[in-house]
Order: sequence, then C-alpha cells, then structure tokens
Amino acid sequence: MQKLLLLGDEAIAQGALDGGISGIYAYPGTPSTEITEYVQASKFAKENNIHSQWSVNEKTAMESGLGMSYAGKRAMVSMKHVGLNVAADAFVNSSITGVNGGLIVVAADDPSMHSSQNEQDSRFYGNFAMIPILEPVNQQEAYEMAYYGFELSEKFKLPVMLRITTRLAHSRAGVQTLEQKPQNDNSFPSDLRQFVLLPAIARKNYKSLLANQAGIEEASEKSKFNTYIDGSNKSLGIITTGIAFNYLMENFQDKELNHPVLKIGQYPIPRKQVMKMVNECDKILVLEEGAPIVEEMLKGYQKAGTPVIGRLDGTLPRDGELNPNLVAKALGLETVLDSTIPEIVKNRPPSMCVGCGHIDAYEALNIAVADYGKGRVFSDIGCYTLGALPPYNAINSCVDMGASITMAKGAADAGMVAAVAIIGDSTFTHSGITGLIDCVTENSPVTIIISDNFTTGMTGGQDSKALGKIEDICKGVGVDPDHIKVFRPLKKNMDEMVQIMKDELAYKGVSVIIPRRQCVQTMKNKKLAEQLIQLNLK
Amino acid sequence: MKTDIILAGVGGQGILSIAATIGMAALHKNLYLKQAEVHGMSQRGGAVQSNMRISDKEIASDLIPMGAADIILSVEPMESLRYLPYLKKDGWLVTNTTPFINITNYPEIEEVLAEVKKQKNYVALDADKIASEIGSKRSSNIVMLGAATPFFDISFESFEEGIRKIFARKGEDIINMNLQALRAGREFTEKNR
Repeated sequence: MQKLLLLGDEAIAQGALDGGISGIYAYPGTPSTEITEYVQASKFAKENNIHSQWSVNEKTAMESGLGMSYAGKRAMVSMKHVGLNVAADAFVNSSITGVNGGLIVVAADDPSMHSSQNEQDSRFYGNFAMIPILEPVNQQEAYEMAYYGFELSEKFKLPVMLRITTRLAHSRAGVQTLEQKPQNDNSFPSDLRQFVLLPAIARKNYKSLLANQAGIEEASEKSKFNTYIDGSNKSLGIITTGIAFNYLMENFQDKELNHPVLKIGQYPIPRKQVMKMVNECDKILVLEEGAPIVEEMLKGYQKAGTPVIGRLDGTLPRDGELNPNLVAKALGLETVLDSTIPEIVKNRPPSMCVGCGHIDAYEALNIAVADYGKGRVFSDIGCYTLGALPPYNAINSCVDMGASITMAKGAADAGMVAAVAIIGDSTFTHSGITGLIDCVTENSPVTIIISDNFTTGMTGGQDSKALGKIEDICKGVGVDPDHIKVFRPLKKNMDEMVQIMKDELAYKGVSVIIPRRQCVQTMKNKKLAEQLIQLNLK
Repeated sequence: MKTDIILAGVGGQGILSIAATIGMAALHKNLYLKQAEVHGMSQRGGAVQSNMRISDKEIASDLIPMGAADIILSVEPMESLRYLPYLKKDGWLVTNTTPFINITNYPEIEEVLAEVKKQKNYVALDADKIASEIGSKRSSNIVMLGAATPFFDISFESFEEGIRKIFARKGEDIINMNLQALRAGREFTEKNR
C-alpha cells in the first residue's frame, strides 16, 4: 500500500491491478487510452501475466472481456464514449448473459468534445442495460471504484460500468492504494447455458435481470459512494454526480454551504435519499457532467412535484463541461463569467505534424481529384481528419470509425463517381474491412486510400493491428491485385502519386491506394523500428 | 497556502515537463496537488494548457475557476493571452517572448508583446535566448519555470530538488544545465519584476 500521484485513468488501472484483474481489453481512444497503457507499462502486470494487448476494436475488446469473465477471471474493458457505440451489441447483451468473473466496463466520456465527434453520455447505456454504474468524484474514488467494482459485479453477477469524463481522466492527484488482491482461479459459470442467449434462455435471464434491480438499488442506498450531507437551508437541495461535486465545493472554500447536498457516485440513483431531498426541499438543483440524465429522471420520479432545475431549464448550459463558475452562477453566487480575450489572440487549431505522410497524400489527392470537382472525399477518424482544415480543405466527412469506405460506396451507388475514401491503417482494421467487402461484392466504383503510418497516431502512437497485413487483407477479401497500389508519400514522388491516383479514380471498380510512410511521432519507438525491419517495411 | 497556475503553450512545446517539475516540488513539500492536462487531438500543434493547483489543504475542483489563477505561466507569448480571463486581478502573467508560429494569421509579435505589457503584473523574457546562452535551447521551459518561481509559496530549494528528481536518469550534466536554467529564469524576474 502506497501513495501515488496518478491521472484519473492511471488510478483506474492501478485499482484494477490491485483489485485482481487477469486482463484488460481496449482500443485506444481519448480520454481512455492511458488506462490500458498504464497496465501495459506495469511490471506487476507483466510478472503476473495480466493481459493488456490492444484489441482490434471496442467490440472485440468487450467480447474478449466477457470471455475472460466466463472463464471465471476478473476483466476490465475500457473505451471512450463513442467506442461504446461500437461495443454496444456485446455490452447490452452482457447484462442479459450476466457474468462469472467480475467485469468492469470503463466508459470515458468527453463533454465539450475536446477530442471527439460528440458528447454522448454513457450513463444512458448503463441505464439501458440495467446494470450498476459507478462515477467517481476524484482520482481516489476512481481507484477505489475499480478496486471494489469487481466485487459488486460478482455479487450481482452483472457487468458494472465505470463512467468518467475527460477532466478526471486527464487530471493528476494523490491516490492511496489498498491491499493487493489475488487473481481469481479459473471456473465455469454455474449454469453452462447462462451465456446462451437463445430466446427461451434470454427470457429467463432477462427476468432475473429485472428481479436483480431491487438488489442493485439497495446497494446504491448503502453505497459509500453516495452521501447525503444535510443542511439547514431547505429552500434548495443540491444533487451532484461525479466530479460536479468538486465544482460545487470550489465555491464554498471560504464560506459555509448550508443547503442539503446529495453526492451521487453509484447508480441506480439511491431512491430513498433522493426522496428525502424531494420531500424536504422547496427546489432541487441537479449538477451533473454530461446529459441531464438524473434531472430528467427526477422529473418523472417524484409525485411531490418539487421543481427541478439544472441543464433543462437554462440554469446551466445544456451542452459542454461544467466548471466552478457555471455552478456559482447556478447558485446565484457572484462569479466571473466574462471569458473575452484580447482580439489579437488568434485560434490555433491542431494540425498535422511537419513531415507527416498524410500531408503529402492529401496534396496529391487534391491535384488528382480536381478534374472531378470538390465534395467527393469521405474521411474517417484519425490525424488525417485534420485534412478538413486549411490549407488542405481536402475532405467532406468524418462520422465514425470506418464510415469513409461505406459512405463512399453509398455515394457511388447514388451515382457520385469518382467517390474517394481516406482512412488510416488502424481505423481500417478497426472497422473498415467489412465495408470493403461490401464494395468488393458489388464491384463499386470507389477509390479507397489507406494512409498507412504503422500506428494509431492521434491517441499517441499505439500499435496498429494492420501492421504488415493491409495488402493481404485487401487481396483476401477480393480486391483485384492490379488495383492495389502502394507508394511512399514524399514531395519528390508527387508526380507518381498524382498519376496513380488519377488512374485509379478513372477505374470503374474497387481500387485501394496505400500511401505508406512511418508516423513522425513514432520515430523513437524501438520496438516498432525492429518490427518494421522484420516486415521489410523500413 | 494555495497557488493556482495555468500553464500555457502549443502542443509539443513540453509544458507537461514544467508541470512535472512543479509536481515534484509540491510533493517534496507534502502538499496537495491537482493537475489537469490536455491529451489527444489538441496535442497536434494546437493551443494546450494545464491547470495546476497546489495547496496545503484538500483541493476541490480540478479546474481553476475564471478569475482565480495566481499565475499564468506561458512558454509562448500569444498563448499567454488566451487564458487572461482566468487570471486574478493581482495575479502574475509570466511569458516567453519567442513566438511559435504555426498559423498563417499569427499577429505581429510587437502587438502581442504590447498586449502583454498592458497587464498589471507581468514578466516577459526571451527564454529561448537565455537558454541558448546557457548551452541548450531545449531548457527554455525550465528558464520559464525559474522566472515564475518567485510567485509560488514554495521555496526555490524545493524546485531545485524537483529538477534533480525529474532529470535524475539523464545524468549530472543535464541536471546542472537545468538547474542553471532555473536560476537564470529566477534571476531575470528578480531584476525585472
């Protein structure tokens, strides 16, 4: 047991290691990436054979975690909020199968979209799956929730969601660790048909899940993560979830807070404590990071008709992260709200790195596609999404992992030829291959550029499952080898690159173009350097 | 005792190593610490900041409220201005004067510095130049940290200790160069504040 200075993400990883996990499964995604990276770097994990290799996507991660749970061991699955959309099929059904070994699914939400395409709230998924949700107030609780979450999961035989947001994920503070627990032994589920979701079994399991709800609600009532702090001023009761509690307390560092406060960290929301507040207070303010989930729930929850204020009535903004100033305003306290900065300060959006291969690919593409006119390049999730910005202005879509290929296909089906997709190597293996099979099946006239930099770049250079396999995958699913073209994206090769792109844009079938050059951010990665030499890619 | 610092710069300029050194200094003093950073997309050459809070009492929010920061410590002049709404009325703006220009509409540097000089309390120094004179441009970060140290409630010795710990693996030469950089920054502020 020791005191460590940890990011929220790292605290979760340490909590899982101390809580006895046998494996973590994940695909990199901001702000969740550092959880898995911490386990990968852990000497303890290596010595104890704890699985930590990246999965090809969040769905395969979720399923592998469920498989480890089936075998009796404790597993953690971690992803960013939109990753849960990818894993949703497995995730929602995992509440129907239930678990054997403890299973924690970490969903890291990104309100204010610091590095994401939306700010969806993962608690919706947790509620939908009817499983317990844990939402820490700080790094210490993040650690403890990961540590205790496995017991909660094993007690109710259900997966448990651990929900965090960017601020906690990427903020550092001191964490006191607890005693190391051993890993579980292997064991089969007590009923060998528990995981067989044939309708007859699923109906039975679903009834058990429904019957389980009273128990998990009672667990919330008793949870140490839910605290009712009484106060004499009942004109307003305040409910906080997760880190919103900190923004409240920030405003009462030098003055007394005399309103009752219900601090929620475990769901389903503790009904008795909520009702106490509803019955005793004239009005309720809900402070929660993300969507107004508790706020909406409260409106239908109580017969008393106590007014509820928060994100829905404009007391707080409907979108974006909370902060101490917004909470102060909601409480009617004096605060600074003027965020104007000197006019001279210009925006500095992120940009592709100097020397990045994606830049050369885009420069060639812009020339090659000019004959057909603007508006026909479908892109994907990764550093190359920054090709949307000046000076490139090269792409027209970025929706979800893998959507470039299938959107190009749909556009081509609609008669928009040429149609171009541009996708990175890691995103291609994450969710691009299935779409490519659709294209091959119909010999759709699409030009697919797989910009291969041997890594998952945007999240910091994690391993790419596509390394050394892209041509074989494309041939394997039926792309004509004559229309798989590889080149090295460099300024000096511009004429060759443009010519290849022009030829393939004119081809009325599926072509795959692979601009291939190592990500400049990974040049110091020795393991990758060795792999590239072995694969003859250097 | 409580010090709230906004660290500012451009992705890749290494503000996190400044944060790590301050963190070490705070730990050396057994203080509470919260430090929120930016990972992901903005790290690619975009504007980045880190909220760093140090206190002898438990800290509530990971984010510094607007109007509450004691120090803005910026390794880039235009970026120092981006976070002005967070600065206390009597807080200090400590900034490098060497611009990092990766956008086409970067304003005239004289205009940026004129804006810096409008602030009530500021220290503006060419940390890149000072660092080069010492021997390595790469320690300009630590020069900037040194320039901000007089505004912390932490002794200079604790910062020196932080440097020794952070650079422990890199050998005595690197440690000494960074200690020199830290001192040079502090000296500038003591002469020019």
